[in-house]
Amino acid sequence: MNIFYLLIGVSLFAALIFLGAFIWAVRDGQFDDNETPPRRMLFDDDNIEPEKQGDPIDK
Amino acid sequence: MENQKFYYDNKIVKYFILATIIWGVVAVLVGVLIALQLAFPAFNFGIEFTSFGRMRPLHTNAMIFAFVGNAIFAGVYYSLQKLLKARMFSDVLSKVHFWGWQLIIVLAAVTFTLGFTTSKEYAELEWPIDIMIAIVWIIFGWNMIGTILKRRVQHIYAAIWWYLASFLGVAILHVVNSFELPISLFKSYSIYAGAQDAVVQWWYGHNAVAFFLTTPFLGLMYYYLPKAAGRPIYSYRLSIIHFWSLIFLYMWAGPHHLLYQALPEWVQALGVTFSIMLIAPSWGGMINGLLTLRGAWDKVRDKAELKFMVVAVTAYGMSTFEGPMMSLRNVNQITHFTDWTIAHTHIAGMGWNGGIAFGMLYWMVPKLFRTKLYSEKLANTHFWIATLSILIYAIPLYWAAVTQWLMLREYTPEGFLAYPIFMETLTHILPMYTLRIVGGVMFLTGFLLMVFNLFKTMAAGKVEANELSEAPALVPKGARNPMTETIHRWMERKAVRFSIWVFVALFIGGAVEIIPMIFIKSNIPTIDAVTPYTPLELEGRDIYVKEGCYTCHSQVIRPFRWETDRYGEYSKIGEFVYDHPYQWGSRRTGPDLARTGYVSGPMYKNAAWHYNHFMDPRKLNDQSIMPNYAWFAKKDINLDLIPNKIRAMQTLGVPYPEGYDQLAVDDLIKQAEQIVADLLNSGIEIEPTKQMVAMIAYMHKMGGDIEPASTLNNDSHENGK
Repeated sequence: MNIFYLLIGVSLFAALIFLGAFIWAVRDGQFDDNETPPRRMLFDDDNIEPEKQGDPIDK
Repeated sequence: MENQKFYYDNKIVKYFILATIIWGVVAVLVGVLIALQLAFPAFNFGIEFTSFGRMRPLHTNAMIFAFVGNAIFAGVYYSLQKLLKARMFSDVLSKVHFWGWQLIIVLAAVTFTLGFTTSKEYAELEWPIDIMIAIVWIIFGWNMIGTILKRRVQHIYAAIWWYLASFLGVAILHVVNSFELPISLFKSYSIYAGAQDAVVQWWYGHNAVAFFLTTPFLGLMYYYLPKAAGRPIYSYRLSIIHFWSLIFLYMWAGPHHLLYQALPEWVQALGVTFSIMLIAPSWGGMINGLLTLRGAWDKVRDKAELKFMVVAVTAYGMSTFEGPMMSLRNVNQITHFTDWTIAHTHIAGMGWNGGIAFGMLYWMVPKLFRTKLYSEKLANTHFWIATLSILIYAIPLYWAAVTQWLMLREYTPEGFLAYPIFMETLTHILPMYTLRIVGGVMFLTGFLLMVFNLFKTMAAGKVEANELSEAPALVPKGARNPMTETIHRWMERKAVRFSIWVFVALFIGGAVEIIPMIFIKSNIPTIDAVTPYTPLELEGRDIYVKEGCYTCHSQVIRPFRWETDRYGEYSKIGEFVYDHPYQWGSRRTGPDLARTGYVSGPMYKNAAWHYNHFMDPRKLNDQSIMPNYAWFAKKDINLDLIPNKIRAMQTLGVPYPEGYDQLAVDDLIKQAEQIVADLLNSGIEIEPTKQMVAMIAYMHKMGGDIEPASTLNNDSHENGK
C-alpha cells in the first residue's frame, strides 16, 4: 500500500519541478520573443508563380 | 543567404480533404440511423448486422477516427509544410499513411458490422487492426518529425507543438490499452481484468478525447483561426503556458469516468482533482482563440469559416467547463449512465470538432484550389443549420437525463421506489429521443450543403499538386548558448528533444496511475465465493461482447439506495477478477445487468423469460426499444474454439484446473442440456448448441456468486419483481 504514497510523492515532485522551471523561465525573461512567430505565420503564402520556376532542390 | 526552391505537396492535402468529407457524411448518416433505432426499434431491421449494438461503435469510431482523423491529417499536412517552409519528409510515407488509414476505416466498418469487437469503447477494433493502426500512426509521426527536422524556419510555431503532443499521446495510449491475447484472427481477450481493465480503458478513453479530439484540434485552431481572421494569435505566451499545463494535467483525469464504481477511492479522488484543474489550461485555449478575433468581428459577420470557428471555440469552452463539473461526484450521479453524457459529447463533437473542421475546410479548399468559395450564402446557411441542430440535439437530451435521474431516485412515502421498473423511466423520455433525431437530420442536411458547396468549389478551381516556394536554408545553430537564447527556444529547435520532453510529461502521469493498479494486489480484494465462468457462460459472455450489449447495459451497481433497491447489492471490485474484458459500460439505455444471476434479487428472470425477451422484447413490454435477437435461437456456438478460449483464460490467470481445456466442451454440453430441459418445461424447444442457451447461462451467472452484505434491502426487492 505504501507504494501509493511514494508514487504520488514522486509525481508531485515532478510537477513541482515543472512549475519551478516555468516560474524561473518567466522571471528570467525566457519567453522574450512572443511577437515575431505569431505574425510571421500570417505571411507564409507568398509563393512563386509557376513561370518563374528555378531549380527546385526537392520534389 | 541563398534562397532554396522547393515544392509543397498539395495533392496529399487534397486526398485527406476528400476523405474527411466522404467519411464525415457516412459517420453522420450512421449517427442518424442509431438515433432512429433508439426511438423506433424497427430501424434495427431485425437482423444482426444493423442492430444498435454493432452500429453504435461504427458511429463513434467513424466520427472520431474517420471524420476527425482525416480532418486532422488534412490540416496538419497543409499547415506543417507552410509553417516549416518544407515539403513533407517523404511522399511514400504520405501515401502509405493516407491509404493505410483509409484501409483501416474500411476494415473497421466491415468488422463492426460482422460483430468483431473488443468492446472497449473507442478501442473496439480487434487486434489485427490495432496493429495496423499502430504502424500507420507511427508512419504519420515519422513523416511529421522528418519534416520538422528538414525545416527551413528556425522557430517551431505553436500549432506544431500540439501536433507532436497528439502523435505521442495517441501512440502511448493506443499501445497500452490494446494489450490483448488473440485466440483467433477476429477474437481476443484484454490482458487486463475487471477494475484494472476499466481503469486502463478510461485512461485511454479520456485521453483519446484529449489527444485525438482536443490537442490536434487546438493545433488546427492555432493555425487556421489566425489565418482566417488575418490576425496574429492573441497571446503567444498564453499558448505556451496552456500547452504545457494541458498536456501534463490531462493524463490524470481518466478515473472520473468510473466514479462510485468498483474502484479504489484514492483513484477516484485523483481523477476528480485533476479534472477540475483542467479548466484552467482548457480555458486558456478558448480565451486565446476568442480574443484573437478582437477587432476582427466585422469579418465574422461575413465569413462562414470564422463563424464556425467562433462557435467551435465557444463549444470547446463550454464542454471543458461542463466536463470538470460532471466529474464532481454529486453531479456525476446525474450525468453518468444518463443522456447527459451523450449531450456533452455532441456539444463537443458537433460544436468543437465539427466547427473547427468545417471552418478549416471552408478556408482551405478555396485556397488550395486557387478559386473562390462557390457560395458564401450556402456556407452561411450551413452555419445556421449546424448551430441550431446542436441545440436541438443537446437540449432534449439534457432534459431527458435530469428527468430520468429524478424518476430513478424517487421514492413513495412508504419507502418504495416510485418507478421500480426501469422501463417506466425510459418510456417517459422517449419523446426526447424523437427530437434528437430532428437535430441529427438537421446536422446532416447542413453537412450535405457543405459537400455540395465544396465540390462545386473544387470543380471551379484546380489544385497545383506541387506548389513552388522558396526560403533560405536553415543554418544549424549547434549547442545552446545560454547568453543568447532561451531554454524553451533551445528545446523547441530540436523536435526530437522536444518530443522526448512531451513523452516524459505524459508518461509520468500515466505510469503513476496504472502501474500500482496492475502490480499492487491489495487494490483488488478477491472474494472466495466468486468463481470463474463455466465454458458455456464464457461463450455467452463472448456473444454479449460481440453484440455490443455494453452500449446500452451497464454491469456495475453504484452504492446508492435507489440503485441497490432496483438492481441488487452494489458491485465489489473482487467480483470482476475474471472479466477479460470488463463490461461495466458507460450508459444505461436499459437497466443494469450486474445481478441478473442473483436468484433472490430483483433482476433475476427465468430462462423462458430470457428466451422470449431475446426473441422479441416487445412481446413482454410493448414500449421496449431493445432490438430483437432472434438469431440467438438459430445460430450455433463455435465449439472448436472453446479449448482455445479456456487456454487463453488460463494464460491470463483464471484458475481453471490443469487440462481443463479438454473437458470444457463436455461441461458446456452438460450445462446447456440443463437449460434446454428448463426451457422445455415452459414448452420451448431448442438445441443445446444454440447461442440462446449460452446467453441464458451468462444471464444466470452475473452477480450470483456473492450474498449481499445486508439483507435489509430484500423487502423492497419484492416490489421490484
